[in-house]
Amino acid sequence: MQKTQNIFVRRAIFAAAATFLGTVFALPLVWFVFAPFNARAELGLAIPSPFTLSNFATVFQNTFAMQALLNSLIQAAGGVVLVGGAATLAAYALSRSPIPGKGAVTYILLLFSSVVSGSAAMVPIFLIISAAGLIDTHLAVILVFAGGLLPTAMFILRDFIDAIPRSYEESAMVAGASPLQAFFDVALPVIRPGIVVVVVWAFVNIWGSFLIPFILLRSDKLMPASVAIYSFYSEAGTPIVTLLAAYSLIYSLPVIALYLFVNWKFGFRFFGGIKS
Amino acid sequence: MASVEFQNISKTFGAFVAVPDISFQIADGEFICLLGPSGCGKTTSLRMIAGLETPSSGRVMIGGRDVTYLHPKDRGISMVFQDYALYPHMNIADNIAYPLKVRGEAETKRHARAKDVADVLKIGDLLKRLPSQISGGQQQRTSLARALVYPSEVYLFDEPLSNLDAKLRLEARGFLNHLQRDMGMTAVYVTHDQAEAMALATRIAVMDKGRIVQFAPPIEIYRRPATTFVANFVGNPPMNLVPVEASVGDGALHLRADGLQVAPIELTDAVAKAARSGKMTLGVRPEHLRIAGATDHNILSGELFANENMGPESLVTLERGDNGRVTARIFTDDEIKVGTSVHLAFDARHVTLFDDTGARIPAADER
Amino acid sequence: MKKFSLLSTRAGALFLAPATALVGVFVIVPFFWVIFVSFTNRTLLGRTAVDPDFVGLQNYFALFNPATFFTRGQFGFSLILTIQFVLLSALIGQALLGLLLAWLSQTVTPTLKSFLQTAVIAAWILPEVVIGFAWFAFLDYDNGTLNMILRGLGLPPGDWLLQQPFWVIVFFNTWRGAAFSMMLFNSAFQSIPPSYFQAADVAGATSWQKLRDIALPLIRGHVVTDLILITMWTFNVFTPFLLTHGGPSYRTEILSIYTYRIAFKDFEFGKGAAVGVVIMLINLAFALVYLRLAHKKPVEAE
Ligand SMILES: Nc1ncnc2c1ncn2[C@@H]1O[C@H](COP(=O)(O)OP(=O)(O)O)[C@@H](O)[C@H]1O
Ligand SMILES: [Mg+2]
Repeated sequence: MQKTQNIFVRRAIFAAAATFLGTVFALPLVWFVFAPFNARAELGLAIPSPFTLSNFATVFQNTFAMQALLNSLIQAAGGVVLVGGAATLAAYALSRSPIPGKGAVTYILLLFSSVVSGSAAMVPIFLIISAAGLIDTHLAVILVFAGGLLPTAMFILRDFIDAIPRSYEESAMVAGASPLQAFFDVALPVIRPGIVVVVVWAFVNIWGSFLIPFILLRSDKLMPASVAIYSFYSEAGTPIVTLLAAYSLIYSLPVIALYLFVNWKFGFRFFGGIKS
Repeated sequence: MASVEFQNISKTFGAFVAVPDISFQIADGEFICLLGPSGCGKTTSLRMIAGLETPSSGRVMIGGRDVTYLHPKDRGISMVFQDYALYPHMNIADNIAYPLKVRGEAETKRHARAKDVADVLKIGDLLKRLPSQISGGQQQRTSLARALVYPSEVYLFDEPLSNLDAKLRLEARGFLNHLQRDMGMTAVYVTHDQAEAMALATRIAVMDKGRIVQFAPPIEIYRRPATTFVANFVGNPPMNLVPVEASVGDGALHLRADGLQVAPIELTDAVAKAARSGKMTLGVRPEHLRIAGATDHNILSGELFANENMGPESLVTLERGDNGRVTARIFTDDEIKVGTSVHLAFDARHVTLFDDTGARIPAADER
Repeated sequence: MKKFSLLSTRAGALFLAPATALVGVFVIVPFFWVIFVSFTNRTLLGRTAVDPDFVGLQNYFALFNPATFFTRGQFGFSLILTIQFVLLSALIGQALLGLLLAWLSQTVTPTLKSFLQTAVIAAWILPEVVIGFAWFAFLDYDNGTLNMILRGLGLPPGDWLLQQPFWVIVFFNTWRGAAFSMMLFNSAFQSIPPSYFQAADVAGATSWQKLRDIALPLIRGHVVTDLILITMWTFNVFTPFLLTHGGPSYRTEILSIYTYRIAFKDFEFGKGAAVGVVIMLINLAFALVYLRLAHKKPVEAE
């Protein structure tokens, strides 16, 4: 009797702790859930009355804001194509071809990619991009992200490919397929879930990041949403809260959608070191 | 269909020698089983025929053509993998038809052919399913269908039945047997299951530590195992092997061991030579033992250790003091109590003798 | 006489080429270039932008100049601030909180678990600028959610971004990053066979005893991985910039923000590069430890 009561009390304590922590984590975001739908939103927490979409309408009419979302999309999509394509090919080679010293290559790349962080390398990256004449172009942002995200993407995918039985490609070749046929017909479709994970991860990283475009871009018409969002300030330097909130929500939607997609599709299996 | 030949093949992985030196010839239409314990080099040998491993030295010939360095796709072979290797993103029809696809066959034609083969293998109504949606036995047949869908010089099998449960395994074995007699395919079939090898093979290559220790038809392997290793590996339960002291006297061979009585054995040159070391191994198969009285000529005696009734037969195991156990397959329902003393008799013609290196000594009637 | 392989060496080299080029230019070249620039007086504008002089270790002497080392807005101050930031927000905040969150997730009901995980993961996946604004609003003196709650509880409100900026970024980073540790420990706990815990239940162990005696010893590898990864990330994180811009008066200027200011506000590339080199050396130390441990026993979350 004593024991069951103890268990009950313990359960209640655990539930209370979980509720408390969940609430603490949710609190800073509660404002962000309500403000976009409130035409008179301020920094304070308030239930919208009336509930309105007028903030969104204003954002959609703001060509600069919409252009920025498009820029984010261009940069993220470009980066993702490069990262996804190059990482898949490289990881497949590291897993399946007898290239000498590939263990060492893997090790060195991993080492470099963890040592050369954005904060350490911002100066030389800026200089390289300047030297290449690419300052203030989409391509600059795309290339820099591709290079930075590739090592991690390669390792995630290599792990994934290593876990796939070689008998898939072997059976295809015995049946008459060339190495390229075996790669495209058999290996690639089997690797696809891994590629999807890497692509989503890269997209979320590029879409959300601030520092690199902030350093490499100048002109308004190229700014991604993460930087352009700072233009929602009045002349006096105070934020225009209504627009900011609505824009933030729109800007966050792809990330939320991708998270839900990955969660639904793969149960959010996650790989060590997935966030750089 | 074509012949297969290994000429002084060796294979090393780094410093590890998986196959030291193998040579053999397989004639057109033969069904060869590579039989041996796990890790003895069966898969490695098979993969060298397929071209999935390159030999460290030696030559592989298929149909008289040197294929040692030829890509697998150009060898005209089929292979069934232990894990089936069915492509998870293709349905059963596409899986079976994949070899035809890479050969450039039109879609309708290859699906018609896939359907024909699938019907023979009784998976014709599963064609639209994905591999994950069918049972293990059906997956096995799908992988078999994919190997049979196009004409091949040689069919290779790497333990294709080892992932099936016992009943399905028997069924699939029967089917393969029928197929082989029907098609007359040239096949190399890897297995560690001696019953499978006995049932399927026209010849069995028994392998041990990367070497072929005996290459002969099943009945030969069974009756005249070349070594104690083969004797111990083939047959279920395996041959009883009793270490004996050998001596020559009165123009005959005398064998001595605890709990063993055996009449003097005819002395041939080979027997006399082997007897010089004073040590031999006497082998007798469980099915050649019967329960007898203490007065028979050739008997093994001991205390009953276990009596397992298997339905049609019983496995009677007795313990000869500290000298090991002997098992007999006996068709009896008699209840014998554990601990009672039992005598098992055998005929002299059923005795196989091995010398002190484990090699079989030819019997008097062999020349 | 070529050996068979699924992908020939030549095709493999071709497959590797695009990644090698990109990583080479944007990871490996910057590594050496930043070292080179740190020995020059390169600037963004003016004569030294095109034709910088070689100045030897001068930039490093400036960084480590004992006279100003500990002064606010100088390198030493920033370094010490960063170390405190990492210790408090990563090692204590994220790791401990992540462990607690993962452990709670194992025990509570599925609904509560998904509420908890959703809240924690949302903090982690939303874009950093959005998070920055959300916290800006959350901490607002007049109307912010935090002060509203404090007033509701009868506690004095505060202008936290001005009064306690350092603790703000510590709590902010803990909140932002706890999800990673939580998820890593989640998968670590799930890799332990349930029978281990059931056996302990039968023996009458408390939740704390199960954590201490069974779970923690078994996930030691995951703990080490987690500590090193979050340390490296927190050490390099730039996100607090979006909340405080390093201020007020340099009180939240961690190394990444300091580098940014030196290089892109003061336009002293040479000195900024020298800071970058120091950051890389510290990263290198952590990375080597991590790779050593990971090499011994690959502890990757499933
Ligand atoms: N790729 C490889 N690298 C290193 N050793 C291998 C490789 N493939 C097989 N071996 C070794 O060679 C021996 C024979 O393997 P295998 O042919 O697979 O045996 P079997 O099929 O008879 O069980 C084993 O000891 C195995 O460990
Ligand atoms: Mg094998």
